[in-house]
Amino acid sequence: MLHVNGEAFEVRDAAVGESLLFVLRERLGLMGTKGACEQGECGSCTVLIDEQLVCSCLVLAAGAQRQRITTIEGIATETPTDVQRALVDAGAVQCGFCTPGLVVAAHSLLERSPRPSESEIREELSGNVCRCTGYGRIIDAVQRVAVSRASAREVGL
Amino acid sequence: MSVVVATSLADAVAALAAQPHSTVLAGGTDVMVDLNAHHAQLEHVVLVNRVPELCTWRFADGWLEIGAGVTWAQVQRELSRWVPALAEAARTVGSPQIRHAATIGGNLGTCSPAGDGLPVLAALDAVVHLVSSAGERALPVGEFMVGPKRTALRAGELITRVVVPVTTGFQGYAKVGVRNAMVIAVASAALVVDEGTVRLALGSVGPTVLRCPQAEQFATDHLSTGMSDAEVARFAELARDAARPIDDHRATAAYRRHAVGVLAARLMQRAITRGRAS
Ligand SMILES: Cc1cc2nc3c(=O)[nH]c(=O)nc-3n(C[C@H](O)[C@H](O)[C@H](O)COP(=O)(O)OP(=O)(O)OC[C@H]3O[C@@H](n4cnc5c(N)ncnc54)[C@H](O)[C@@H]3O)c2cc1C
Ligand code: FES
Ligand code: FES
Repeated sequence: MLHVNGEAFEVRDAAVGESLLFVLRERLGLMGTKGACEQGECGSCTVLIDEQLVCSCLVLAAGAQRQRITTIEGIATETPTDVQRALVDAGAVQCGFCTPGLVVAAHSLLERSPRPSESEIREELSGNVCRCTGYGRIIDAVQRVAVSRASAREVGL
Repeated sequence: MSVVVATSLADAVAALAAQPHSTVLAGGTDVMVDLNAHHAQLEHVVLVNRVPELCTWRFADGWLEIGAGVTWAQVQRELSRWVPALAEAARTVGSPQIRHAATIGGNLGTCSPAGDGLPVLAALDAVVHLVSSAGERALPVGEFMVGPKRTALRAGELITRVVVPVTTGFQGYAKVGVRNAMVIAVASAALVVDEGTVRLALGSVGPTVLRCPQAEQFATDHLSTGMSDAEVARFAELARDAARPIDDHRATAAYRRHAVGVLAARLMQRAITRGRAS
């Protein structure tokens, strides 16, 4: 039994050796989580397990039972989140393959550290590889969100 | 194939006693890479990253006991006060995603010559505690690490914790790789000054982590009088002499030997500056 985005899924026929990434995509049909390297290098498979940012390609699905798994589908539901909007506005989405993992990582970063410095953003997003943008616009986007959340807090929104 | 998700140490030991050739899985950041690349097949798995006894650390009587399941993210966040060099090493392990999963026990279990935690543990004279259904034993980390990716672990045995002294002098870790983030060390070094005694361990320049008895003795003899630049250079030379590097796809042996000397000198300069400041 896997608990993904607040829902319980029975995963009966999953081979015991499958990664969480494989089960999410191929058995649960949650295609938002991407997979590329399957070696923990690219971060396109990033999810949260019990609020911890991890690579789902390195998690044994059978071992993730009874843990809280949050995928991009659990973060970005109907309307785009502020992080997603900022990524689009900053021109930080080109092919978009890295974006879901990046959105999960950016949300997690901003939760832990609401006003991250540029070097902190670089360090915290170092597990998410983007082949297109050169990162500058991604960092811009995260900073924009940090600023707009801070001013929203100030005016008591 | 079977997977046991152990939720207590007793569970994990019992599962290993029942299937002594099980693969112990902690954060999975080494095991799963091999599995995904079809370099390894898992027969029986005992998952230990949810064993509470393994996931905590405690300070007692000048010693820090770090559970094998403590992640590098925890070390980075929680242990810099006690073992600053280990926290520095933790910060260089992979990426946040990797550090949230990867454990200190897994670094020991893999025993890569490039494992970032290992030079620090060697320079701290860490002791590795093991348990199996046959009982407990403890080994100095230098005896635990047998060779490249080879340890003294026996079938059915589990690493429970690693115990290090909390020292008051300088300690530091430095690493060279091809870039800053997410990189395997091409050469690394850990320096610990403990009550006037200097200990130096080198990573990625031998079949396993190497200590440097001659460099350590030289520095121990000279540090109290403040080392001159020439003496620091001699210390670095002795460190280079202790290295036993190889050529591989990441770097040449000659570059590794050079780099490890630079790291040793850099750490020693920091120790001297710290000594002057205090
Ligand atoms: C993208 C990426 C980047 C990386 N970067 C670095 C880096 O910069 N520096 C670095 O040092 N490492 C790096 N690693 C390697 C890895 O993350 C570390 O070696 C980590 O500490 C392994 O811990 P784990 O808990 O994930 O180990 P696992 O994969 O769970 O286990 C590793 C080995 O240890 C054994 N083991 C684990 N726990 C125990 C235990 N309690 N008792 C007995 N045996 C045990 C396992 O059986 C296995 O043989 C990287 C890995 C990836 C995928
Ligand atoms: S697919 Fe998991 S990190 Fe690349
Ligand atoms: S937008 Fe293409 S990989 Fe990032």
